[in-house]
Amino acid sequence: MEDSRRERDGAEGGAGQADSAPWLCRFLGPAESMVAGVVVRLCGYSAILFVFAILFFVLREAAPMLFGGMDLVEFISSPDWRPSSEVRPQYGILALLVGTLSVTGLAMALAVPLGLGAAVYISEFCTGKVKETLKIVIELLAAIPSVVWGFISYMVLAPLIVDLTGAPVGVNLLNGGAVLALMSVPIIVSVGEDALKAVPDSYREAALSLGASRWEVVYRVLFPAAKNGLLAAVLLGVGRAIGETMAVLMATGHAVQIPRGLLDPICTLTATIAAELGETVYGGPHYRMLFVIGLVLFTITFFVNLIADIVVKGIRNGQRA
Amino acid sequence: MASEPETPAAAAANQFAATPLEQWKIVKETIAKTVFLAMTLVLVAPLVGILAILLVKAWPALSLAFVLENPKHYMTQGGIWAPLVGTFFLVLGSLLAAAPVGVLAGVYLNEYARDNWFTRIINLAVVNLAGVPSIVHALFGVGAFVLAANMGRSLMAACCTLAVMTLPVIITSTREALASVPMSFREACWNLGATRWQTIRTIVLPNSISGILTGVILQVSRAAGETAPILFTGAVFFVPVADHGWESFFPYGPGDRCMALSMHLFTLVTQVSGVSDETQYGTAVVLIGLVLVVNSLSIGLRGYLRSQKRW
Repeated sequence: MEDSRRERDGAEGGAGQADSAPWLCRFLGPAESMVAGVVVRLCGYSAILFVFAILFFVLREAAPMLFGGMDLVEFISSPDWRPSSEVRPQYGILALLVGTLSVTGLAMALAVPLGLGAAVYISEFCTGKVKETLKIVIELLAAIPSVVWGFISYMVLAPLIVDLTGAPVGVNLLNGGAVLALMSVPIIVSVGEDALKAVPDSYREAALSLGASRWEVVYRVLFPAAKNGLLAAVLLGVGRAIGETMAVLMATGHAVQIPRGLLDPICTLTATIAAELGETVYGGPHYRMLFVIGLVLFTITFFVNLIADIVVKGIRNGQRA
Repeated sequence: MASEPETPAAAAANQFAATPLEQWKIVKETIAKTVFLAMTLVLVAPLVGILAILLVKAWPALSLAFVLENPKHYMTQGGIWAPLVGTFFLVLGSLLAAAPVGVLAGVYLNEYARDNWFTRIINLAVVNLAGVPSIVHALFGVGAFVLAANMGRSLMAACCTLAVMTLPVIITSTREALASVPMSFREACWNLGATRWQTIRTIVLPNSISGILTGVILQVSRAAGETAPILFTGAVFFVPVADHGWESFFPYGPGDRCMALSMHLFTLVTQVSGVSDETQYGTAVVLIGLVLVVNSLSIGLRGYLRSQKRW
């Protein structure tokens, strides 16, 4: 395929045009192809451009604070986020970071077993109409907008949690974790199912012919063979959960504190930006600190996605070899 | 299995009877299957439950008037017309910006790009663009479109932010659609002397147009539901718009701030007091209904496509 493409490039604008074509077409055909080639290439590079643009513009707004005026030690180690304090504003993100990590951790503790279990069921234990229906349901689950999830957690789940546990407020770590779990499950299921599907059928047939049951095939053959893909599924779920904003904002109660239990309200990195950016003075330290938090988020999700990509590429290369 | 001791008499009775080990295996398999089924159902149940609860609670509010009326009395009464139109324009604007770039980027990745390190970096960029949190996209929108491009908080800035955010959806689905066109189609066209672009325009794109459309529809549903990216770039709590006449269909210019359905729901729940539960649930149902209908359209189109495939 590579060779044929190279030949194509050589023939572009060459004698390939039909001799009977009017002279205008003879000119326009290659010209159009050249212009189109340039435009298509530019659009192709746009993804790189936008990733750098995001980094650049967020960094540009954050820079005055990031490279001066910011106490880096306090930023990382202090749990006090008091941006609007009259006496001395404090910008410590420890509590926010712990909030994000705890709610993501809780969500993953729920979503990973369920998601991988569903992926195994859809991929290995059902066929035909049932399989298609389940895949569509999971897809629809992914389509529900994050603000609707937030609405559900706020209006339905929160009163339920208060009733069941007697917690003072229903919007807390548990609520956020549950909603976030449901939101990150679809990506875990779909990527996990792809990973299982990528295991060659000959592996399954070999195991079955040795007398293994379906469960043994899953446990002893598919899990080891697809472990990188399943890991990537989990990582993508983590990335999704860390970056989620509106649902978490509405579900976790927005209280800056390090949680001591499941029923404590918390505050996350994403929710802080969403809740406070509208109230800040443009160009002020608080405004710039929110962009610094944005930079932290960008960095975290960038590396989570990068690792997931490397893990996935790892399998592909392994299979080729 | 053969190592399991069996009495000769039992073996003679039925040679093919399951040994205790095999029976244990069958039991284990049944348990595993049931557990996996239960896990799947735990995921399916919330979708059904949520839809049921939303519909039941929203039922008293849902009517044609609810959709067609503007919000009134500090949004505690009236309908959702203004936010609905705002969402429509936001989606349309982001679609116009994202679709051409996204489709051509997909064309580049599938038709032009060679399998080298640079292409791998582009792919990585696409994956990362999809993984950037929506609130960081909002910050980018504020920094780039609202401030640097001097658009101010406007419909246009919000559309651009949404477009960048939903670009990966279109790129990946276009790529998949193009990849499903057999190589022999292209080779046949090249042999007739067509250039690469002519082949793409006359053979590859027409044969994959419905697949591309599926991705575009998905982009619409993503853009319609997003809240965070438009929060600071163009959407506002309330804009008074005309109640009647053609102006009620075009209430926002590209430089105006607008209302949006997702933002409206957020506002009703967290910022305004005295809104009846029905209105809140009604807004949520319209939003989720819109998104699910658009998504089902995409799923239906994909199913139809598979059944129509001639190669």
